[in-house]
Amino acid sequence: MAVLQVASDLIQTTIVFATALVFAMLGGLISERSGVVNIALEGMMMVGAFTAAIVTYFLETNAGLGGSAPWIGFVCAIAAGAVFALPHAAASVTFRADQVVSGVALNLLAAGATIYLCKMLLNGAAQTPTLKHVFSKWAVPALSDIPYLGPALFVAYPTSYIAFLLVAVMAFVLYKTPAGLRLRAVGEHPKAADSVAINVYRVRYAAVMISGALAAMGGATIALTTTSNFSHNTISGQGFIALAALIFGKWRPVAGMFAALFFGIASALKSVFQVYGITNYIPVDFIYMFPYILTVLVLAGFVGRAVAPGAVGKPYRKGER
Amino acid sequence: MPNEFAVEMKGIAKRFPGIVANDDIHLQVRKGEIHALLGENGAGKTTLMNILFGLYQPDEGEIRIHGQTVKITDPKKAIDLGIGMIHQHFMLVEPYTVLQNIILGAEPRRGVMISYKKALARIGELSDKYGLHVDPHRTIREISVGMQQRVEILKTLYRGADILIFDEPTAVLTPQEIQELMAIMRKLADEGKTIILITHKLKEIMAIADRVTIIRRGRVVDSLPVRDTTAEELAAKMVGRNVSFVIEKKEAQPGETILEIDNLTAFDDRGCQALRGLSLEVRSGEILGIAGVEGNGQRELIEVLTGLRKASSGEIRLRGRAVQNESPRRIAEAKVGYIPEDRQKRGLVLDFCVGENLVLKNYYAPPFCKRGLLRYDEIFGHAAGLIGEYDIRTPDEKTPARALSGGNQQKVIVAREVACEPDLLIATQPTRGLDVGAIEFIHRKLIEQRDKGKAVLLYSLELDEILNLSDRIAVMYEGRIVGILDPRKTNEQEIGLLMSGGHKGEREETA
Repeated sequence: MAVLQVASDLIQTTIVFATALVFAMLGGLISERSGVVNIALEGMMMVGAFTAAIVTYFLETNAGLGGSAPWIGFVCAIAAGAVFALPHAAASVTFRADQVVSGVALNLLAAGATIYLCKMLLNGAAQTPTLKHVFSKWAVPALSDIPYLGPALFVAYPTSYIAFLLVAVMAFVLYKTPAGLRLRAVGEHPKAADSVAINVYRVRYAAVMISGALAAMGGATIALTTTSNFSHNTISGQGFIALAALIFGKWRPVAGMFAALFFGIASALKSVFQVYGITNYIPVDFIYMFPYILTVLVLAGFVGRAVAPGAVGKPYRKGER
Repeated sequence: MPNEFAVEMKGIAKRFPGIVANDDIHLQVRKGEIHALLGENGAGKTTLMNILFGLYQPDEGEIRIHGQTVKITDPKKAIDLGIGMIHQHFMLVEPYTVLQNIILGAEPRRGVMISYKKALARIGELSDKYGLHVDPHRTIREISVGMQQRVEILKTLYRGADILIFDEPTAVLTPQEIQELMAIMRKLADEGKTIILITHKLKEIMAIADRVTIIRRGRVVDSLPVRDTTAEELAAKMVGRNVSFVIEKKEAQPGETILEIDNLTAFDDRGCQALRGLSLEVRSGEILGIAGVEGNGQRELIEVLTGLRKASSGEIRLRGRAVQNESPRRIAEAKVGYIPEDRQKRGLVLDFCVGENLVLKNYYAPPFCKRGLLRYDEIFGHAAGLIGEYDIRTPDEKTPARALSGGNQQKVIVAREVACEPDLLIATQPTRGLDVGAIEFIHRKLIEQRDKGKAVLLYSLELDEILNLSDRIAVMYEGRIVGILDPRKTNEQEIGLLMSGGHKGEREETA
């Protein structure tokens, strides 16, 4: 029965870690499906985490709010992510800049700006104090009572439920609605979309901003569930892991979700290994490295041939032959 | 009172920096007719149609649709007015199905979802009415170019177009597909649709159009019923001088064998066998034309010959020396010139200047390069000479190749390849998309090379071009040469039969 207990713990932890990845993966997906490379997921997550933590902190200390503080922080993070993505949309769509360069710039900006603002708002402290009010796990009535399986799948943070619900929403929008058909057409062959009077620029702006909002939800999730604060290493490369999950899942929502879970396992293993003392046998550093090595392997293209959207990374110029 | 004109354009003028693209153009298109717009590349016919489709705004002039004066501000407005455009480069999303492409941007809905059922019913009606049969569930990748064009037509009909603009619709089609397209256009016109056909191909106009308006240098030269004119008259009006259709050439003087291909096999990009034991020879002083329906291994053959693709077996000998699977540079140095099919992708580096493009094959050798450094004075001097000799219309040798017209880009390529004094010149679709003047020039150059004792291997999808230029015709079918014909003793029917897998003197139906 110990094995089942370990498995149950592992699944629960996997879901905790995968949640942020799922959000960010969905963010990358909507942007890249519209034809805009989004390497700035990392920065957008940072902005989300920072906004969520700082808003929650001020609400609980200065405004005296309790359990509602993280929710307001979460919503603010969404808005901040969308706004933060705007320069990437402007650079990639309106000014036709190199989308990778723009993404890198945004990542650097996020890393600098969040710490700077943090110090400014918190009298020089480079990280927020530990938040008193963060999300707590919800148990689904009845289902969570199933032995082992219940705690594994039906006791989770509210953000996890939101994330997995959004996967379904994304898949539905992408494949069943006119908006999805148009979005994918813009990412595959913008000129064809333009010729049937679809506004390519508007679709791409919207996609990039929603991308920022989704990635920020991922960042906020980390600050409000696992770390309970914001510091310079809150995100620590998870935006890039999400990008790997996106590619691993071949730009499809459900496959991307499984890829995110796969990377989630890698992170969960390190926690579970510590809890069960396995780190006595394998150096903990190796276990920490594991998700990143996996990311490198995936991004280097070892896992099958990835089929990117046809026009991803290519700026669209109206009227060019 | 119903107006007899579906489209009237009055006094249309459009200026771009440095060019007057349209100058006081008048065009009247009757309801239900097929109206051809004839003109060379750059004459302004595409600009005029882009104005009609709302892509450009005219500087002056008035447009009336069915008698109503309208302002067409963007394509959406044009679509609302019942104008549809079948673009020369198809506007289709490749991974999408036929069905998805047709409804894109005008999706029927059920709640928030797309109702494919409604769409299918509507497309079924349209297909039956106009004889446009397509499989709605196949993806664009899986269907032929001719089918893709039908999808484009259905797209416009689906949006309720009754005025259809076809922009150079036959440029990418095989002879059979052209026949089918003509039948479809006739059917559309019979059902009351108005058709505007942009083209520079006289044969098509004579075959299908009711009226023709000729545009030269942004002005209307004439507008007349097709039955009152001849191809020769139209050509003269289009170009502004008399044009001869017959290519004048002397009797070929074939000499020694330059190229020998023996039992060659190769695979295509998908790993299917594209060449299945092909054998062929080309001698000096002759033009050997390769005829065939696209996709029968011609592209792979040319790529193997130029070193761009590996042969899996067989031998290629140039003047007796085996060269198969050598690098493109080695093959070029063995005196092979190559005019590629896609001049913008493979023939030129568009962002390089004309002078640089003219030495792409030998920039690394003296006099253009010394001690590892490029000598631009030599490069530009060389370019200036070729620009004069080949009448390349460019402001100077430092202009990027991108800025040149298609005909002049092709002249740059021909100049470069011929300047290397090749023994074997491989020309693939050398006149594709060019206007009459440029075509004449390229043809003359090919014959000139032949007369100088070079071997010329010509691959073209234009059967007329093959018939007119070649001294011998090799017909290719499924990766083999299925017949060598004498152009003076054969005709389109015989070649067509061989091209589709039939045998000489046989009249069997082939799929």
